[in-house]
Amino acid sequence: MTDQTPLPPARGCRDTPVLKERGQREVFCGLTGIVWLHRKMQDSFFLVVGSRTCAHLLQSAAGVMIFAEPRFGTAILEEKDLAGMADAHDELDREVARLLSRRPDIKRLFLVGSCPSEVIKIDLSRAAERLTKLHAPHVRVLNYSGSGIETTFTQGEDACLASMVPDLPETDARELMMVGALPDVVEDQALALLADMGIGPVRVLPARRAEGTPAVGPNTVFALTQPFLGDTHAALIRRGATPIDAPMPFGDEGTTAWLAAIAREFGVDQETFERVTAAPRARARKAIAAQSAALNGRSVFFFPDSQLEVPLARFLTRECGMTAIEVGSPFIHGQIAAPDLDLMAEGPRLSEGQDVDKQLDRCRDARPDLTVCGLGLANPLEAEGLTTKWAIELVFTPVHFYEQAGDLAGLFARPLRRKDVLRLEAAE
Amino acid sequence: MKLTVWTYEGPPHVGAMRVATGMTGLHYVLHAPQGDTYADLLFTMIERRNHRPPVTYTTFQARDLGSDTANLFKTALQDAYDRFQPQAIIVGASCTAELIQDDPGGMSETMGLPIPVIPLELPSYQRKENFGADETFFQIVRTLAQPMDRTEAITANLIGPTALGFRHRDDIEELTRLLADMGIGVNVVAPMTSSPADIARMGAAHFNVLMYPETAETAARWCEKNLGQPYTKVVPIGVGATRDFIAEVQAITGVTTRPDESRLRLPWWSSSVDSTYLTGKRVFIFGDGTHVAAAARIARDEMGFEVTGVGCYNREMARPIRALAREMGVEALISDDYLEVEETIERLAPEMILGTQMERHIGKRLGIPCAVISAPVHVQDFPARYSPQMGFEGANVIFDTWIHPLVMGLEEHLLHMFREDFEFHDDAGASHHGGKHVARDETGDIRPGAAPEPVGTGDEVQDQTGADVAVWLAEAERELKKIPFFVRGKAKRNTESFAAMRGVTEISVETLYEAKAHYAR
Repeated sequence: MTDQTPLPPARGCRDTPVLKERGQREVFCGLTGIVWLHRKMQDSFFLVVGSRTCAHLLQSAAGVMIFAEPRFGTAILEEKDLAGMADAHDELDREVARLLSRRPDIKRLFLVGSCPSEVIKIDLSRAAERLTKLHAPHVRVLNYSGSGIETTFTQGEDACLASMVPDLPETDARELMMVGALPDVVEDQALALLADMGIGPVRVLPARRAEGTPAVGPNTVFALTQPFLGDTHAALIRRGATPIDAPMPFGDEGTTAWLAAIAREFGVDQETFERVTAAPRARARKAIAAQSAALNGRSVFFFPDSQLEVPLARFLTRECGMTAIEVGSPFIHGQIAAPDLDLMAEGPRLSEGQDVDKQLDRCRDARPDLTVCGLGLANPLEAEGLTTKWAIELVFTPVHFYEQAGDLAGLFARPLRRKDVLRLEAAE
Repeated sequence: MKLTVWTYEGPPHVGAMRVATGMTGLHYVLHAPQGDTYADLLFTMIERRNHRPPVTYTTFQARDLGSDTANLFKTALQDAYDRFQPQAIIVGASCTAELIQDDPGGMSETMGLPIPVIPLELPSYQRKENFGADETFFQIVRTLAQPMDRTEAITANLIGPTALGFRHRDDIEELTRLLADMGIGVNVVAPMTSSPADIARMGAAHFNVLMYPETAETAARWCEKNLGQPYTKVVPIGVGATRDFIAEVQAITGVTTRPDESRLRLPWWSSSVDSTYLTGKRVFIFGDGTHVAAAARIARDEMGFEVTGVGCYNREMARPIRALAREMGVEALISDDYLEVEETIERLAPEMILGTQMERHIGKRLGIPCAVISAPVHVQDFPARYSPQMGFEGANVIFDTWIHPLVMGLEEHLLHMFREDFEFHDDAGASHHGGKHVARDETGDIRPGAAPEPVGTGDEVQDQTGADVAVWLAEAERELKKIPFFVRGKAKRNTESFAAMRGVTEISVETLYEAKAHYAR
């Protein structure tokens, strides 16, 4: 079979100057990460220490999920908690004890910091230590901050995973660690592909249950499956682990390059690699081709949201024939983003941070065929005649690796196809 | 601290956003950390607005903390003024900004913008969304409205509707029509649909129609005192309330024309024989105070239901709801803790719930039909079709909405007739809900692969082993199961309290039927 992947561009985007903007940001805070993290970590509970706003945000982001006895909640700060700092810890201890008696199945409790708790400087790390002693050995209490002042959307997952790293057991084994919360179905596919190449055992961070928590040490190598894990990346290196640099596993090309980087590290021969990847690659290409007809030749504009923007722009430009006008990201991590930037041809404007009104002006001027943005902007832009794809879906839907490559292209193609099928103007 | 998963109301600055987003020509500059912009999507998604809410957030980050945040606020305010050129601006702080004490009001005053800049004090750690809306509207009215000559013809202001209000859009239209029928014009509708310039001419109306006390009562009181405008106390939801409202408006204005009732269908629909089965249906009502009070009256007087409990989540309305509960001889539940609401519903075992989005889910869990009567609501309760709650068309809408979740009379009768039929037994669930149907085999057992039983239908007989609970004999238990599931909870409760009353410790088939005879109406 011939390789249909386009050749890497002569000059990628690695050295493209990044437009750094400050101003009003239309983004979620890191607390939102809880909504998918709690699904992944089945015996963990996420307790936000924050305000009614935090609770309201989680409720709005979680939608109907809130009614399914979710394993997250908010300890809402009240007037009396602000008046004197002395009893904030007593209050927290009481609420945690109440919570754990109600949910004896919980093995790990995350105290999640918010803007209010960070501003009044409630020491949640000390609280976590104290509560761990209090509830040992049954429950381990950890803490991280998901506040808006420190984290943007998916950075909440990064902060959470990074908080677990110092706590991981030590090992000398040469093991691969796959880092990033993926939907179970996707995780299983990735593990199966690696196993077929003879790579194993593979550990996953975060593990589905507390007892499956991976160990780490100087012989650990790790590969990120998500681009937004900068702090976790650094924390793992601090524990002696070695990162494998690779593009993110989106699309046929991304997945193949991601697997190839790991195969090289573990000395898998070319023949084995071809045998394992040929069939799913062909399936992925076929599925992408079916979906990407609507995308070919169209332009795309990314507002910053999840840090997935760079690898997704790479996928859309190289495998679906789109042109990127602007790729906005809340944060571009040099080392992690580099393999994806290298593959993306020079041309699009890269922007980091946001001044939303100015960025909207740029978007309106460019009139892109497709705009990837948050829910607060999507309907207003549609009303202005722009076609949009709301970004949050890309975080909740299985989109990584071969079998989801067609679905991923489909997510972007659907709004354009819908625009084509609706004949509403004629009725007026 | 208080552990919460679900909140009935957002923080007060969301209430201020509801006022700002409902209006035109007004901008809100909110001192808030990065992330608080999440609230935009309530308006663009749930209410499907085609524009961004007119809110500029300062979105400060950790590195800005310190003296920088004050400058950030000033820059954001200046930029918002330059870009949007509003007629007036409201400024305030969200919960986090309240802690860093930058004083948006003071800062904006020093900037000398050529338009009114109205500072808001919204205590985020004490009050909630409805307070935020009420206070914001009050401050806007207090700053902008002036005493002025009355319009020549009799006119009213409609006050209270906001963005993200439950059916506010259509209630405005229905009330405007109702008043037009009486020859009364509408001067200003506010905050929804109005601009600061409109607020300035509110004083020209002869009186105010207070549509929603939760969001405009403070403003109504202020107008009464300072502009000499009386305001209506009756909220016209339901037939009786609408007629009382008309009488109230007649008393205020001296107008004697009565509006056209030819479109009103609830009274006949409710009197027709197919509605007989509604008699004494036991309903539990929860939501915001205004909608609960209206719903309780409709339920009892216009539908013939039995109200088993009422409650509200907004403590601003605690007093009227307690009074209502006393009048109806039931208990009042004033709580914003949905677990408490769920417990109360489980205990009262009503046959129907009238509530919010949350009660809809409690109903689903417990297998009790539910209709939504109040915010908070989800996207499906911002419908495309015309569906007011107020006035005569509102009454029609309410009849349909409440009846649909219930099994219709004829259908219920058939279920009684065929209750032991192999297809229509209670494990089958509601027959028209696709995919859930489970047939029984000849022995009466559920076939393998059966759908799970609905929770809380009264089948948990064995679970209750408290000292005060009588033991159900096997035969009586089988007999109990023959009773259709939607009334079984009530039958079980009645039988047990009958047994307790008589000091009976073992419930037999006899006891079951004696209890039935005892409670027969």
